Amino acid sequence: MSSILIIEQILNGLQFGVMLFLMAAGLTLIFGVMGLINLAHGSLYMVGAFAAAAVAGATGSFLLALVAALAAAALAGAIVEMVVIRRLYKAPHLDQVLATFALILIFSEGTRWVFGSFPLFLDIPDALSGPVTLPGGIEYPLYRLTLIGIGLAVAVGLWALIERTRLGIRIRAGENDREMIAALGVDISKLYTLVFALGAALAGLAGALVGAIQSVQVGMGEPVLILAFVVIVIGGIGSVRGAFIGALLVGLTDTLGGVFLPELFKLFMDNGAAQKTGSALASMGIYVLMGLVLIWRPTGLFGARA
Amino acid sequence: MKKFLAAAAVSALCATGALAEVKVGMITTLSGGGAGLGIDVRDGFMLAIAQSGRDDIEVVIEDDQRKPDIAVQLSDKMIQSERVDVMTGIIWSNLAMAVVPAAVNQNVFYLSPNAGPSPLAGKGCHQNYFNVAWQNDNLHEAAGAYANGAGYKNSFIMAPNYPAGVDALTGYKRFFDGDLAGEIYTELGQTDYAAEIAQIRASDADSVFFFLPGGMGISFLKQYADSGIEKPVVGPAFSFDQGILQAVGDAALGVVNTSQWNKDIDNATNAAFVESFQAEYGRLPSLYASQGFDTANLLLSALDKADPSDADAFREALRAAEFDSTRGDFSFGSNHHPVQTIYAREVIKEGDVFTNKTLGVALENHADAYAAECKM
Repeated sequence: MSSILIIEQILNGLQFGVMLFLMAAGLTLIFGVMGLINLAHGSLYMVGAFAAAAVAGATGSFLLALVAALAAAALAGAIVEMVVIRRLYKAPHLDQVLATFALILIFSEGTRWVFGSFPLFLDIPDALSGPVTLPGGIEYPLYRLTLIGIGLAVAVGLWALIERTRLGIRIRAGENDREMIAALGVDISKLYTLVFALGAALAGLAGALVGAIQSVQVGMGEPVLILAFVVIVIGGIGSVRGAFIGALLVGLTDTLGGVFLPELFKLFMDNGAAQKTGSALASMGIYVLMGLVLIWRPTGLFGARA
Repeated sequence: MKKFLAAAAVSALCATGALAEVKVGMITTLSGGGAGLGIDVRDGFMLAIAQSGRDDIEVVIEDDQRKPDIAVQLSDKMIQSERVDVMTGIIWSNLAMAVVPAAVNQNVFYLSPNAGPSPLAGKGCHQNYFNVAWQNDNLHEAAGAYANGAGYKNSFIMAPNYPAGVDALTGYKRFFDGDLAGEIYTELGQTDYAAEIAQIRASDADSVFFFLPGGMGISFLKQYADSGIEKPVVGPAFSFDQGILQAVGDAALGVVNTSQWNKDIDNATNAAFVESFQAEYGRLPSLYASQGFDTANLLLSALDKADPSDADAFREALRAAEFDSTRGDFSFGSNHHPVQTIYAREVIKEGDVFTNKTLGVALENHADAYAAECKM
């Protein structure tokens, strides 16, 4: 196992982590500000990917496709918030889970109805395709490097938005005491719609960016959604900083575990058995991580102290 | 939606006025991630039924959503309240294992248009179970045979960690004579292969074999093409079927894959099938569609000779397999699985459409490895 391979795998883990962050940031904001468990967040990821694939197919421009993904997901998020979610803020979490689960089914069948059952084509733009050689002779796909860059930029932007702007102050106030900021004259329902649309747009962006190297198909959002929940539980529900650290931890654990555990088992097992045992254990890795974090800090790394 | 479709299909058949004498139950995947496969099987099957002009066959179609528990419920309903004579349609091996053994033990005939798990070909074979597609290992065995012919000496092999994935690597290794540079089991449903691709890059392999059906294959091929690794790739047709090639795009061009069917296999039945499928549905057929079409034609050929109520005669008529297959010659081995030629195909671009071209034969008249274990 060479150091080049190890560095390449760390980059892979980082890239996976920052994309998870885009999903988890929206999820944790929505939970933090509105106290809502949104299972349909994965559907917004899918909406972004499909919008990007449709626009890229029609215009050939990846940049336009990204804009379309952001717009479509934000719009879908805003509509869903106004039509369905708004009625659920006072409802118990079980009702929220039930209603947003129904939204998953509606989004999935609706997308199939519009786009058909076969996966769509969305490719990375020519300017970003192919590998680049990094210092030390590491060949790494340029597109994945770009994803790391975009993810970090969004993280910085989100931090600035929350810590440095008036909207950010309202969001933080909303997390702390929603009755009080409503009493101070902030239009709380508009704020909720805005936060929901922002979270949705981030999910849509992730869907479009990741869709270009994976497959754009119905149901693509649900596996990512589960990981995003693991991320926000590790990071502490409601904390964007926690979501960032949690996403990187999950990304690195999942990637490095999948590579190194089978290698570890090969020391005392034959090849085939080591592969099977190693990969089975590696797929548990992030859940073990979540368990350990929760034992150490029951509210997550950056969660409010209960 | 799917209930409506099924109801429409049923009412369309009832509307023709005749009393349905044979009832066929089709359980297949029409929603969720794997729906493209089930839709192709259904469309191929219904095309053959429509072309037969028979109005005494009723097909009840239900969606299993790729969930074993739902498939079992649907099968109980079809057998006990609908009282179907013949069942078909299941795409996934884990669903087939949940449904088929119970169904055939209740004296229903089951014709598999896709899944071919090894237990049902070996110790768990049954006289009422016929597989019209392939035994799961077959296409992978052919990939191993092709790799020998292409002069590969050191393969990196990869499949998801579930029974059909293990079957796939077993099948490849059974026929491949070279060494293994690496053997990886990925997670089922995995969408990012960066870690595996890095390992392929670091290995000294001269070729890569992978079995990643559906969306998993799309992701892997796009990422592999972008990684700049030049090692040639081989795989079974499941990642290169007509339904997903358009989503893979240029990344699949030139890749060799193995299949028992292709649209350019030269026989009159196949030519007519490809043409009529395109005319009816406005898209090129996939291997799944050809399997659905062949399954229906096998059923029709048996119905011409015997009624399912005379189980022994009907079984003999199925076993004879006297129908014109889109694959050319078709016959059953002793365990009711096909003995057939498997081809190597290459992905090409025809105009704007990505499709496959037959390169040559990978394995001639190939039977499966489990027939000897079947005591029928």
